[in-house]
Amino acid sequence: MSSPLLEVKNLKQHFRINRRFTTKAVDGISFTVERGQTFGLVGESGSGKSTTGRSIIRLYTPTSGEIFFDGHLISGHLNAATRRLVRSNIQMVFQDPMASLNPRKTVLETVSEGLMNLHPELTAVERKVKVCRVLEQVGLSADFVNRYPHQFSGGQRQRIGLARALIMEPQLIIADEPISALDVSIQAQVVNLLKRIQKDLGITMIFIAHDLSMVRYISDRIGVMHLGHIVEIGDRNEIFAHPIHPYTISLLSAIPQPNPILEKKRRSLGYLYRQSGIDYTLGEYHKVSSTHEVLATSLEFEKWSAGDYTDTLSESHNVDSLKTESV
Amino acid sequence: MESKRVLSIRDLEISFKTTDALVRAIRGVRLDLFQGETLAIVGESGSGKSVSVKAIMGILSSNGSIDAGKILYTDPETGEEFSIVDMSQREIRSKISGQRIAMIFQDPMTSLDPTMTIGKQIMEGMRYHYQVPVQEARRKAQELLELVGIDNSAKRMKQYPNQLSGGMRQRVVIAIALACDPQILICDEPTTALDVTVQSKILELIQSIQKEKNLSVIYITHDLGVVAKVADYVAVMYAGRIIEKGSVEEVFYDPRHPYTWGLLSSIPDLNLEEEELYSIPGNPINLALPFQGDPFAPRNRYALNIDFEQEPPLFSAGGKHRVASWLMDPRSPKVERPASLERRLKEMREEIGRNE
Ligand SMILES: Nc1ncnc2c1ncn2[C@@H]1O[C@H](COP(=O)(O)OP(=O)(O)OP(=O)(O)O)[C@@H](O)[C@H]1O
Ligand SMILES: Nc1ncnc2c1ncn2[C@@H]1O[C@H](COP(=O)(O)OP(=O)(O)OP(=O)(O)O)[C@@H](O)[C@H]1O
Ligand SMILES: [Mg+2]
Ligand SMILES: [Mg+2]
Repeated sequence: MSSPLLEVKNLKQHFRINRRFTTKAVDGISFTVERGQTFGLVGESGSGKSTTGRSIIRLYTPTSGEIFFDGHLISGHLNAATRRLVRSNIQMVFQDPMASLNPRKTVLETVSEGLMNLHPELTAVERKVKVCRVLEQVGLSADFVNRYPHQFSGGQRQRIGLARALIMEPQLIIADEPISALDVSIQAQVVNLLKRIQKDLGITMIFIAHDLSMVRYISDRIGVMHLGHIVEIGDRNEIFAHPIHPYTISLLSAIPQPNPILEKKRRSLGYLYRQSGIDYTLGEYHKVSSTHEVLATSLEFEKWSAGDYTDTLSESHNVDSLKTESV
Repeated sequence: MESKRVLSIRDLEISFKTTDALVRAIRGVRLDLFQGETLAIVGESGSGKSVSVKAIMGILSSNGSIDAGKILYTDPETGEEFSIVDMSQREIRSKISGQRIAMIFQDPMTSLDPTMTIGKQIMEGMRYHYQVPVQEARRKAQELLELVGIDNSAKRMKQYPNQLSGGMRQRVVIAIALACDPQILICDEPTTALDVTVQSKILELIQSIQKEKNLSVIYITHDLGVVAKVADYVAVMYAGRIIEKGSVEEVFYDPRHPYTWGLLSSIPDLNLEEEELYSIPGNPINLALPFQGDPFAPRNRYALNIDFEQEPPLFSAGGKHRVASWLMDPRSPKVERPASLERRLKEMREEIGRNE
């Protein structure tokens, strides 16, 4: 059996805000991504999903832990060879399109920038042909090459970011909320496109998103994050059909359904993290099946497996719980 | 009781000059918003949702211009009427934006100042519009942060936007919008950066503030589940026009426009294992190029000959339901909705029955 393309071991990424206050954005997570597969990363806002991606592409120096790409350690000191390995093989599509696009550069310049650095041998015409092709792949008209970012709608900008990553033909794409700004039809188009490109080119992907129905559709495995920890990880159907962790359950219950009469009455289940006294650092991974694990103490695991969620889930969270809960 | 109309948009047309051409982004939009009610605008990416609401706030980019139409705002308390199209940006800033109409932008980074702490940014509007004393503004800002679910508010006040996660930034933007007690709140994709649990809390928060203050809300969103949850009315846009609108029940349970059919069909069905998701074939039209007829016609398998010649007017489908499609013309042949969509609509109705 071949080794996984990406292996993350006990990764921690802490940010020191001042002498007394450190944000533990990622606090000891481990997962592997097999070649050609998609790993979906979902979870609470602020739980460390983007930070995880940013650590992998080495925008940060990890506080501790190890990251292996294709068997090479890429989390330590970066020398010229590892830097090139990371740059040429891993691409990230960023969450905030406007913040990651240079307002003074045209689409052509933005999308071809990476090519210029990595493939200086290409002529301007060859570059432009590639840019037009990739723009059409993501559903943008090639007529747009001379426009600037502010002249596009939010969804169009998002696709420029996607085009910029795809043109590099990387082995691993980390897509951070790549579809959330798109209308559902284009979401479907981009997701179909990603699936197709993945099949054709064998690209491996980490897909970060809030839309669980899309995540379920595109991922092979899913990791659920909360406060810097992966609280549950498993094959996508296990996560959806047999969630164990109360946070996962509350997440699934909160997916809004496009059924107005029903949706106006429905209340989702709130996760009572604070009241429950759960401490993730005390938990360890318990196997639900050979491919499905939950972060819990033995006692918690026993309770949750038996369907006992007293003190951890509340019927109908409301605005009051917004104030008291950590969200 | 008739509720008061707070906003009325009539025959709005907006275009942008670009180096290559003139982009006709908004082509005749007509909309009403009543006090205390919630309108959702959905539709194609690039169809003009954000541009329409930016026009309400008087903040179109400098290469844009309002070519025709009216935007009337009526203050529900004083009855005072403002014609926004005729006001200068400065007048809008001092009388409308922030205090009467507040907006939450799609891209949080564009509305946050990276060089200013978030505390200062929340306090700014209160200080500017209402001259609130610093101490009180700080206290209120901290309360607002807690209200939108950001704890450690005292510490967070001192942080800069790039030290927050995407979702936290968005919640800061929501806190800024609520700081001045507006009468209309416009939310452009307010929750796309948030996970669903926080999203539902934020939506419920806005709903409760809405009830308490009789606030009118416009949501722009791609999440049709969110629309179902919060909206009274919905307007569907395509290529600069509203192509279907009505009460959320009318549009979701009895959609009439083929574009709306396509949109509803594209939602992944949690109950199904699909090999490939449905997406509307073809690409959106480039509004910088001239075209004839209905811009959706080339992608519409139900298009009639007349669709390629003349844009359809808005037909009534009864109640508040209006549809811009020639299929609604009594002379047109009768067509059925796609079978898979019909099945979904039926499932939706059955699900309501099961939950009665
Ligand atoms: N450069 C930084 N400096 C300080 N703190 C940071 C930095 N980047 C992220 N953080 C903090 O780390 C935590 C995790 O942030 P991250 O952006 O990874 O969250 P996320 O899971 O991507 O959330 P979202 O879904 O809202 O995008 C947050 O508390 C955030 O404030
Ligand atoms: N400053 C500008 N110059 C030129 N064209 C522009 C400008 N601003 C917007 N447009 C164009 O106007 C159209 C409508 O844009 P708008 O931002 O309103 O779309 P939207 O419906 O909000 O889409 P999304 O769902 O992707 O946010 C788009 O085709 C866009 O490219
Ligand atoms: Mg993020
Ligand atoms: Mg928009």
